[in-house]
Amino acid sequence: MKTAVDPKVIEGFRARAAEEGLLDIAYTTADSPFGPLLLATTGRGLVRVGLPNQDADELLADLADRVSPRVLEAPGELDEVRRELDLYFAGKLDRFDLPLDWRLSGGFRQRVLRAINRIPYGQTRSYTEMARRAGNERAVRAAGSACGSNPIPLVVPCHRVLRTGGALGGYGGGLPMKQALLELEGVLDEKPRT
Amino acid sequence: MLARLIHRVTALPPFQTVLDEHSAAVMGILRGAVGRDGAEDCFQETFLAALRAYPKLGDAGNLRGWLLTIAHRKAIDFHRANGRKPIPVAEVPEAATENGLPEPDQGLWDAVGALPPKQRAAVALRYGSDLPHAEIAAALGCSPEAARRSLHEGLKRLRKELA
Repeated sequence: MKTAVDPKVIEGFRARAAEEGLLDIAYTTADSPFGPLLLATTGRGLVRVGLPNQDADELLADLADRVSPRVLEAPGELDEVRRELDLYFAGKLDRFDLPLDWRLSGGFRQRVLRAINRIPYGQTRSYTEMARRAGNERAVRAAGSACGSNPIPLVVPCHRVLRTGGALGGYGGGLPMKQALLELEGVLDEKPRT
Repeated sequence: MLARLIHRVTALPPFQTVLDEHSAAVMGILRGAVGRDGAEDCFQETFLAALRAYPKLGDAGNLRGWLLTIAHRKAIDFHRANGRKPIPVAEVPEAATENGLPEPDQGLWDAVGALPPKQRAAVALRYGSDLPHAEIAAALGCSPEAARRSLHEGLKRLRKELA
């Protein structure tokens, strides 16, 4: 027997959960020019951005496992993130002003990601330079893998990291997306060397 | 590899999944146990209590039974708070129903609400939520035989009271 539950009742539950501080992770999906994004936030800030080619259910299961199983869909908690992303995709925002929760990456990886987070809009850096800024110039491969495991892509702009010499390198959302983002930021205006 | 796999199977899923999968069943038993008006409030209380306790729940094996147990407790709280008073009505409706089956009338559910807790839960789970004995047993934390017995005793009492 299926008993339909009035969405207002669910909404009321969600509001009371938020009021009580039980929304450890709030998430929503948002449209983007590349497809749907998964956005997840904790009390500290944005913790996960899932790109269109990533399995949202798997990302949520991973968050439940690594951060807290109190994961609820709560679009209102991500209004500001969505607003800034929309502006970014429209070419009208060159710096995100969002609190970030770095807890999904630790140690060297987090240092790499924090260094990436300081690369200005419209500029690129090499993996080698990121390794150096994170404190170990020789750990270029590790820096590459930190980029690859970036839990907050787009906002932490790992798409601005290229191979020495300018080749695109890799991207979790696929190389066409990386290229399009760099074109949006005015870095690439012709076919890149790959 | 195997440890990872086992972990995946037993790990707690995101609470949203629990809400999506079981909200209809919880609402079903609550409507049976406390009536349509009380059910919405009990529903929110049930899922809030579940969300509070969720991270400490060791085993994701029987989430439905766990939720139904909480719902059952919330229904009991509701009846306590409302003093289990039957609501008097001016007249009893005698209109035909669409499918020819009798609508569960409020008087009947009031009588269900006045049953001892185990019997009430068994009746509500069986006829409000259409659950089989095994699931009623899981929700009540007793054996299927005990669930069957509670249901039987509850029905016997209802027949007597409503005769």
